[in-house]
Amino acid sequence: MMSEALETGTPSFMDRFPQEAAVVRASLISSFIALFLGAVFGLIQALHRTDVFRFLDSQYYYTVLTAHGVLMVVSFTIFFLVGVFTWATVRSLDRPLVDIRYTWAWYGLMAIGTLMAVVAILGGFIPSTDISADVLFTFYAPMQAHPLFYGGLAIFIIGTWLAGADYFRAWYAWKQEHPDERIPLQTFMVLTTMLMWYIATIGVAIAVVVFLLPWSLGLLDSVNPLLTRTLFWFWGHPVVYFWLMPAYLLWYTVLPSISGGRLFSDPLARVVFVLFLLLSTPVGIHHQYVDPGIAEGFKMIAMTNTMFLLLPSLLTAFTVVASMEHGARQRGGTGLFGWLRALPWRNPAFTGMALAGLMFAAGGFSGMVNAGMNINYLVHNTIWVPGHFHLTVGTAVALTFMAATYWLWPQVTNKPIFSRPIALAQVVLWFVGMALMSNAMHVMGLFGVPRRTAEPQYQGFDFVASFGSITELRMQLALGGTLLFLSTILFVSNIALSTGSPRMSGLGKPLSEPLSPAADSPKVLDNLTLWFGIAMVLVVLAYILPLASIITDSGIVDPGVRPVPMLVDAANGLGPISAVTDAASRVVAAVVGVVP
Amino acid sequence: MNIHNYEKIWLMAAILLIVGFISTVTYGATAVGVDMISDDGGTVNASALDEDPRFSEPRVEQVGENEYEAYVIAQQFIFRPDPITVPANSTVTFFVTSPDVIHGFEIVGTNANAMVVPGQVTELTVEFNEPGEYGLLCHEYCGAGHHTMEGSVVVQPQDEFTQGGDE
Repeated sequence: MMSEALETGTPSFMDRFPQEAAVVRASLISSFIALFLGAVFGLIQALHRTDVFRFLDSQYYYTVLTAHGVLMVVSFTIFFLVGVFTWATVRSLDRPLVDIRYTWAWYGLMAIGTLMAVVAILGGFIPSTDISADVLFTFYAPMQAHPLFYGGLAIFIIGTWLAGADYFRAWYAWKQEHPDERIPLQTFMVLTTMLMWYIATIGVAIAVVVFLLPWSLGLLDSVNPLLTRTLFWFWGHPVVYFWLMPAYLLWYTVLPSISGGRLFSDPLARVVFVLFLLLSTPVGIHHQYVDPGIAEGFKMIAMTNTMFLLLPSLLTAFTVVASMEHGARQRGGTGLFGWLRALPWRNPAFTGMALAGLMFAAGGFSGMVNAGMNINYLVHNTIWVPGHFHLTVGTAVALTFMAATYWLWPQVTNKPIFSRPIALAQVVLWFVGMALMSNAMHVMGLFGVPRRTAEPQYQGFDFVASFGSITELRMQLALGGTLLFLSTILFVSNIALSTGSPRMSGLGKPLSEPLSPAADSPKVLDNLTLWFGIAMVLVVLAYILPLASIITDSGIVDPGVRPVPMLVDAANGLGPISAVTDAASRVVAAVVGVVP
Repeated sequence: MNIHNYEKIWLMAAILLIVGFISTVTYGATAVGVDMISDDGGTVNASALDEDPRFSEPRVEQVGENEYEAYVIAQQFIFRPDPITVPANSTVTFFVTSPDVIHGFEIVGTNANAMVVPGQVTELTVEFNEPGEYGLLCHEYCGAGHHTMEGSVVVQPQDEFTQGGDE
């Protein structure tokens, strides 16, 4: 039934841990459904705001935008994260999870939470219901969403907390069996990331559970918008590292192996993750540089911390490139730059991750601009900002996840990828599409074009481009967005078609050991209690005074601020369902008009 | 712990870069005087702006030689006053607040850019040199009509400027 060569191959993750592999599959599939839906909404946005093709009334743009944001940066990223973390923990501890029913329970909570929030958001398309959550991913009060939205978010986050506890349980059980061993690197990365997440989610949990959910249920008359906004950003910045850490885990532990080499340094990888645990949270106020009600000194502290947060990413750039070079030289590469040719560019997993890393460097540079308090005046809330984060979460994270899927998926399904050439084309297409879209966004941002706007075309003034033209930039954005959508379709179809591949055994891919092993690093690096404690102290130092000052100045709740429910005006314009049919008929008419 | 020499050089360069960034930003904020928006504007009762001495009547008023204060309300989906008229060669301190949701305040083509939060007063000082007209837009999503929320800032030649603009 199976060929000899395959039978002698390495057992896959699915062969060794079939129950855990099922959880990884479920998580990744949930993630890809969110990615697909998010991409549909993304395409609608790219075409709408550039005025290339508008079929929805502009008020629904914000429903589309909320769905795109939440599905991409909450569902797609975090479902993928729990999939990868479950795989990485079990693989590196080389033992199953403690109780698989518990594991399915947290997966179930995350799925239920997502469904609740998505129902609330999509309700925005149906004017006849009072269910709506057109509040965008940031849900700034006093804009008010339906309680389902806040409730869904809370349940989702509780699911992630329990997932973290699952990884800690597995590690604890492993420790009893291996009392004197260093924490395996992947598990170390998972645990430090989850500790960072526990600290970060304190902010959003208080904002949602203490204020916004009771307020949306009418139990609380008012909230303090600056307080809930600050609590949001307490979580809103570290969450970007929550998206990024699974990508870092893959860059550190998988990319060196598929480059044909070994990770440069295990100890430095641990240092990087500890730095992220320490510095990810006490920086959120950098999203509020131009907010009233927060003193300049607190903004300076956030700026300083943010700049130091560059350090672990700069270290990562070194280690990842050094590990790739090591791999290339193992494969026979020579010369100062000639080794680049020896890398496995035909492997979509490698090429995708390498391109993602390259784009992350560009995203890092635009992030440095955002972090500079005074230059931030020029770009704050312009489309420069989405230009920036489509390079980071939208490529460094998303493209790494897709590329890694080509490597990981066969190991959790025992089925090879349907087509490697399509996979290679897909990752390159993403890179090209994002280069166009993100470039156009950055440039338009410099000319003042705002983000989060259905129609950035105004009555009283025009944007002045100091080079190129706004029209040309709009076309570039729309084209880039279209290519990204096509790339997503290629990815999702390739994975879907892979379910039809024949089942095989021996698809396991062992990971190489680091050149400099864990034993080279001081044991204190593995003292998670210590790092958690220091991280908490830094967060308290960064946040206690600003929060106290906000509460002293304008109260825990601000009775002057009334809720503003975000409901669409049914009388205004076409309903979205008739708009879709109308659009479809227009597309058909256009096509028929072109094709004689 | 064994750290490769190249890695040490990279680490030092990275730290230098970071310290360099912090120094330039701090220099800009202190010596050059790019003030950050802070809590100086104070707070206000968002549901009683019409009783507030600063915001009951959105306006521009002169407070010194070439110094003006502008009291602006950003609300779904307009700015008041509109246009905001100021003289050239002046320093204008804007006080901006909102009676409903969070808005943005961006004078297009400049670095005058701030958030407007109900209950809080945003204070920012802007120097206007040449006469001209600028677009003013809300850059924070504020509801279904967000994309229609715009205004203008008209900088008049000093000799044509009349107190309170031409409302």
